[in-house]
Amino acid sequence: MEHRQREQRDVVRNRGLGAIDGAMSLMLILLIVQIWLISATLNAYLAGFDDAVVPGAIASGVLFLGCAGLYRFVTGVEVRSVDTTRQFDPR
Amino acid sequence: MKLERLPHDKLEPVRPENSLWREEFSIFKADEKYVTRRQLTKFLALTSLGMFAGNLWILWKSVMRKSISYPARIIAKSGEIPVGGVKIFEYPEPGEQCILVRTAEDQYAAYSQKCTHLSCAVYYDAAKSELICPCHNGVFSIRDGSVIQGPPPRPLPRVILDRRGSDLVAIRMQDRPER
Repeated sequence: MEHRQREQRDVVRNRGLGAIDGAMSLMLILLIVQIWLISATLNAYLAGFDDAVVPGAIASGVLFLGCAGLYRFVTGVEVRSVDTTRQFDPR
Repeated sequence: MKLERLPHDKLEPVRPENSLWREEFSIFKADEKYVTRRQLTKFLALTSLGMFAGNLWILWKSVMRKSISYPARIIAKSGEIPVGGVKIFEYPEPGEQCILVRTAEDQYAAYSQKCTHLSCAVYYDAAKSELICPCHNGVFSIRDGSVIQGPPPRPLPRVILDRRGSDLVAIRMQDRPER
């Protein structure tokens, strides 16, 4: 019985960690794109090409919203996983 | 006050699940993985916010730059400097150094003196007819301020000149060469 509970707990925990790892990888990719975007926008601005500044700010805002959404997703998954594992691992 | 000793059978046995150290270290071992991941995720989200703030700052600077006014200012008399000679002046604001070069009998060119690489002051090499940055050997064309060699990523901002009688007047600045 206890063995089965432990297995079930491990499955839930690993699933949660997998989802968090995936979200973190996606956030890292979004962040790299955002770093490239800010350097390109800054370079264009300093070169006098102001046309790129507004689209750059909008794109950066969208990427930030993506990161914020993933952060919320990660915290949500964490809370759900921790709650579930505590059901199997009460003190 | 007299302490009463509880009978041995009424003492609660110390079990692993209710031992004192569990209250002192109240983190589940299984949750540790989540804590580090959460911290990293929070760091990534905050860095993303920082990047967005940076983009907004650039946008703000761009809006403010459009509102900079370029006053018409007399910077030299037409025969004041010899051919191949230079004059340093400040435009559009005090502290913004620019360089005026008399390239031919009747030709003048003026640029910001700040190198677009790391803001060192450029000087005019009359023998080569080039503007040179001594810090990292950046070379700019005197014709349009474009980069000929070296690390500068952008051309020198050009000061647009207007001749009014015998006066050379700076009227505005152009960040990029006309195409």
